[in-house]
Amino acid sequence: MSTNPVVRDVFKTNGSAPVEYRRVYVWELPVRAYHWINAIALTLLCVTGYLIGHPLRISYSQEAYQQYWFGWTRFIHFAAAYVYVFNFGMRIYWGFVGNKYAVWKTFLPLTRKQQEEIVDVIKTDVLQVKMHGEISTGHNSLAAFIYFLTFLVFCFQTITGFALYSGMSDAWLPHLFRWVVPLMGGEFAVRFWHHLFLWFFVMFVIVHIYLSFYHDYIEGRGTVSSIIGGWKFDRVKGAGNQGAKEQGDKTV
Amino acid sequence: MGDSIWQSMQKKGYSRREFLEFCTAAAVAAGLGKAGAAQVASVFEKKEKPAVVWMHFQECTCCSESFIRASHPIVVDALLDVMSLNYTETLMAAAGFQAEKSLDDTIKNNKGKYIVLVEGAVPTKDGGVYCMVGGKTAEAILQTVAADAAAIIAWGSCASNGCVQAAKPNPTGATPIAKLVDKPVINVPGCPPIADVMMAVVTHLLVLGQTPELDDQGRPREFYGRRVHDTCYRRPNYDAGLFVESWDDENARKGYCLYKMGCRGPVTYNACSVVRWNEGTSYPIQSGHGCIGCSEAGFWDNGPFYQHLPSFPGFGVESTADTIGTAVGVATLAGVAAHAVVTNIRKRSVIAEVHAEDEKES
Repeated sequence: MSTNPVVRDVFKTNGSAPVEYRRVYVWELPVRAYHWINAIALTLLCVTGYLIGHPLRISYSQEAYQQYWFGWTRFIHFAAAYVYVFNFGMRIYWGFVGNKYAVWKTFLPLTRKQQEEIVDVIKTDVLQVKMHGEISTGHNSLAAFIYFLTFLVFCFQTITGFALYSGMSDAWLPHLFRWVVPLMGGEFAVRFWHHLFLWFFVMFVIVHIYLSFYHDYIEGRGTVSSIIGGWKFDRVKGAGNQGAKEQGDKTV
Repeated sequence: MGDSIWQSMQKKGYSRREFLEFCTAAAVAAGLGKAGAAQVASVFEKKEKPAVVWMHFQECTCCSESFIRASHPIVVDALLDVMSLNYTETLMAAAGFQAEKSLDDTIKNNKGKYIVLVEGAVPTKDGGVYCMVGGKTAEAILQTVAADAAAIIAWGSCASNGCVQAAKPNPTGATPIAKLVDKPVINVPGCPPIADVMMAVVTHLLVLGQTPELDDQGRPREFYGRRVHDTCYRRPNYDAGLFVESWDDENARKGYCLYKMGCRGPVTYNACSVVRWNEGTSYPIQSGHGCIGCSEAGFWDNGPFYQHLPSFPGFGVESTADTIGTAVGVATLAGVAAHAVVTNIRKRSVIAEVHAEDEKES
């Protein structure tokens, strides 16, 4: 590679030859709103959830009536949980009425094309042998499938969370999940599993943030900014290029 | 047999006043309040003495021990008087064939009318050989007794959810009563259950002739409807975030919440913090020890008792979900960092490739 003149000059020049990109409105407002509401709610849930499991030594007073911080921590957890559940419900709805990047089908590798892309993305992200090239404009198939697994964890946390909450609430919603408690062998066991999956989110957030930065670099078409503004960029291949038509279809 | 409760009390020399006192106490215990005394009296005047058999299977008799320590002796005495306790291995005078005959007779003569109280779990492994009485397995005895019973009460955690016998690996296949019989079973869990609760459940059954309202786990709502935590006198410390950090610290002396010491109050449904034990004297949390959740299913397997979270299965005693979680989190961060380093090392050639491609295309 070092014989290639471009390699030598790579940091000296401003870049390569001009190529055309097309703006694609990928993430509609409800999708972006869902993402950020979810991000905030999940952060609150993880932090307060961890604190509920491991209360800090915050005692600025000696008597119970003078402070209520643990009560507030729990309140924030429960309030954020409701926001998160209804927000997730909204996203499920949007999976049926949203654009093609938001539709529920993208989350399941049902087509051959999606399955092949999973291999491609593993080559790009994990093995780092295919460092550029075509990746779907919306969610790539691997990311989408992992989001699907995440949705399953969302459901699990919702069910176990409400099951735990039902003991201290008269609201009908948590009581729908009361049956989980005997099924899982008592509230202590439910609490354990609910707490364990907190770490799934910690792991997910680390990988998710890193990979969005990584794909921003690898794909070079505004992955990170797309979740703020909604736009991504699709390569328009030059005239005479064989893949132009196919590419054009993909980005409509 | 055939005598009403009132008749039988008269024969024993109780006065009308004592009978009414008993009815009042029974009404209160059954949750009817003082106003229900008249109702109870009229039932006890007419109702035949109910026959009761108290079965002992895989258990330690702590339920019986608890029962005789109920805080209203008049009710317990009277109860033991008014019900014909026809069979109970621990207390009956009869032995051997006489005892067995007594059980058979009770079943035969009171078909569909007698009450079965079961203490202990039933082993089901290896043909039930681990608990046999008079040459018959516990399960066979239970099925015979339960077939014509008017009501079945499962005393304690053994009968309700298996307790220590059913703890992993449950070598004898100890099984709760409700899983073996086709009839509704009143579960009164606890190791042991609170004496006054046991008494109240029996009284309810005798007085009203019907089972008390049960929750989804077959426990009387009256006593198992709320968590120990909800009515704990240390609860304000929990909301304030004032916790005992170790057994002998200043916070323990001040009576702060035992949540961080593994107290199971928040996940245990029982009446301990309301009814309390030994004539309402105290209960575990009041004496400075966290609740171990003895009335919850599987409490032996959710150890250690002094940890807020159970140990992670398969990782030794000290590792909780958080130890594992932290390790996984750190490993993920390390993986991500390594990935970032590799990506940066390869940056030159990747950018060059991209540029070359652009060059070719334009």
